[in-house]
Amino acid sequence: MSKPDVVAGILWLGATLYAVFGGADFGAGVLSLISERDGELGSRARARINRSLTPVWEANHVWLIFCLVVLWTAFPRAFGPLMETLYVPLTAAAIGIVLRGSAFAFGHAFSGRTKRRSEQVFGLASVITPFFMGCVVGAVAAGAVPADGAGEPFSSWLAPLPILVGILFVTSSTYLAAVLLRDDARRGGDPELFRYFTRRAIGGAAVAGALSVAGVFALRSDARFLFDGLTGPGLPLMIASLLMGTLVLVGLVKGVERGLRPLAAGALVAVIWGWGVAQHPYLLPENVTIDAAAGAPQTLTAVIIVFIFALLIVGPALIFLYRLSQMQVLED
Amino acid sequence: MIVDVAFALPLAADNLLAARETMAFTLGFHIVLACIGVALPALMLIAEYRGRKYDDADALNLARRWSKAAAVLFAVGAVTGTVLSFEMGLLWPKFMEQWGDVFGTGFAIEGIFFFTEAIFIAIYIYGWNRLEGWKHFWTGVPIVIAGIGGAFSVVAVNSWMNQPEGFTLAADGSVTNVAPIDALLNNATAYEFPHMLLAAYMVTGFGLASIYAVGWLKGRRDRRHRLGFIIPFAVAAIATPVQLYVGDVAARGVADHQPAKFAGFECVQETGPNQTEWIGGICTDDGVEYGIGIPGLNSILVGFSTDTVVTGLNDIAPDERPPANTMLHLAFDGMVGIGSALLLLAGWFGWSMWRRREPPASVWFWRGAAVAGVGSVLAMWMGWIVTEVGRQPWIVQGLMRTEDAVTDAEGLWFVFGGAVLLYTALGVIAYKAVRVLSARDDELAGIPYGPPGPEPEIESVEAER
Repeated sequence: MSKPDVVAGILWLGATLYAVFGGADFGAGVLSLISERDGELGSRARARINRSLTPVWEANHVWLIFCLVVLWTAFPRAFGPLMETLYVPLTAAAIGIVLRGSAFAFGHAFSGRTKRRSEQVFGLASVITPFFMGCVVGAVAAGAVPADGAGEPFSSWLAPLPILVGILFVTSSTYLAAVLLRDDARRGGDPELFRYFTRRAIGGAAVAGALSVAGVFALRSDARFLFDGLTGPGLPLMIASLLMGTLVLVGLVKGVERGLRPLAAGALVAVIWGWGVAQHPYLLPENVTIDAAAGAPQTLTAVIIVFIFALLIVGPALIFLYRLSQMQVLED
Repeated sequence: MIVDVAFALPLAADNLLAARETMAFTLGFHIVLACIGVALPALMLIAEYRGRKYDDADALNLARRWSKAAAVLFAVGAVTGTVLSFEMGLLWPKFMEQWGDVFGTGFAIEGIFFFTEAIFIAIYIYGWNRLEGWKHFWTGVPIVIAGIGGAFSVVAVNSWMNQPEGFTLAADGSVTNVAPIDALLNNATAYEFPHMLLAAYMVTGFGLASIYAVGWLKGRRDRRHRLGFIIPFAVAAIATPVQLYVGDVAARGVADHQPAKFAGFECVQETGPNQTEWIGGICTDDGVEYGIGIPGLNSILVGFSTDTVVTGLNDIAPDERPPANTMLHLAFDGMVGIGSALLLLAGWFGWSMWRRREPPASVWFWRGAAVAGVGSVLAMWMGWIVTEVGRQPWIVQGLMRTEDAVTDAEGLWFVFGGAVLLYTALGVIAYKAVRVLSARDDELAGIPYGPPGPEPEIESVEAER
């Protein structure tokens, strides 16, 4: 494995963690928006979401910064073209991030109507942000980002595959969040809320599953290279994902109480790594390889060293935070 | 394809200015929150330390209410900071593409600090009830360290733009022999980092203290308000003289390594010894007009002698001179002027605390303290104007022009307008949120509020409930 490949692996790991933790975070926002029409149970759901998210949302989103920084430091020749071509959805995602984080924080400060407004903005931004991020990923998959960055600003992502991936990002995040929150509700001693999130998780799984099937066809027609990779070297991981996803769905329907969270996250992780295997050796499929995008070898070494430090420092701290949060030590 | 052309038509005009204004505005907004993020944890910890060590309920109350405001401000700071990492690429893609691997390690290191900060901030802010005693105090210590480390790694990147080091430029223009650590530890980092760190402590300290100074002027003079003033003001007052020293060193560093910038903000037209130091005025091609001139002082400040030769703009190629010399000159003088005024205020405070164990009683001191927060923010903004506008036309001093780094993307003025609207709204709401939180704290604590002043903001928000 070459040095650029190692760093690409680090980047992929960061993206995976963002997809799981950031994704669950976005999904919780979507669920909060949906719960608006669920009356009393809905407001209990929002209270649960609020409690689960408050201490961890900021840390969840540092993974995005991590990915951006590794991308521009280690692979500047991919970062530049990416930003130059896909500036429209990226700007939209950035706006979504601002609205989401600040609305969430404001929701804690105000009460009454302002609080409700803040929650609604938070929910809407939780849909917008992952959608546009999905558009970016979909456009990259479709090979719409050329090496010189002079891609089409609109038709690069206003196309079936990127939009489908955008919607898939939103739905799979929602599904994952519902599975996680279901557990929180159970531990919080609220069986009704447990069943509520279970229903949401089943709904999310069904929609995300159906969209994935559609995604296979979209990939086949618009991103043939990636499709071949996913059905070739990436196939074992795709099958693993399918199996885990199915197990989660069965578990949800049967009302299994424990053990679904790692499976649900695992299904997502398997897809992301299957994707990575499939598009190897490209960073921007069929336009820029990992090696061509890579920066100076000394910098790659520095990034690897920094990453090891991050594992040693941030890893235990994050586990500490999540444990405290799970133990309900952290409260508003 | 048609849709691309249709959207593109009216929007491609003057990207460089739009990109620079967008960057300046969003960075100017974020830097205030970043200062708070770096320095407020230390102030909270000082208050908490006092509270726990001396069983001081007022001090604990302060630490707790500051941390509530911090929860809102840090959140807004986190998202505006995220936007900046997008903007680096969205506005300056060619800068990132060519130099990202040279300076990027600084940001990678910053990532660790940012993580640490986000994690322990959450534990600290939301752990008040269930983490008892000193345990809670200690969860705050990593935040302070991470704030310092984060400031270092980010400012090091800016320093690198001013004094790029840590690589070799090959004959064909390609960058080789990259040494990430050398890039971080460039000459400018040595003064830019302490200058910014101290600025963060001054902005936060004077800013927080000025809220209590306003309260004092309105008649809120109980022990808690007094302590709420003294802790942040003392920290800022200690930082101020050090800051003036570091600033002096920094100006000499700029004169040595970025003579064009120095000549720009000091309005030095002709290279030579015995340069006049101009205070205020307008910078013209013939030198400063309407300013107060002190003969020879500029040379003395640069090299401790009137014989010191200072480079003038006449020795800088016309297309490499910084723009807007009057603005640069006034920004620099404004920063130094405010810094000096703050030093006087700090000295007054220090004298009074030493002699009487009390802040000065004079209403003029409290009026000064009440505007010190806004003053220190203005001084910091002016400092950044000097740094950034003074480096133009370069984005990487001497190596890459800003016009060659900017994106070709269309519609940047719309982005600028949108950013102004969005951030203005954000600023107003964040301000109200902090006011509401503070008012709610007072209700909960049942603290008598002294003679109530008119506070329409709170009432209007309360009415919405």
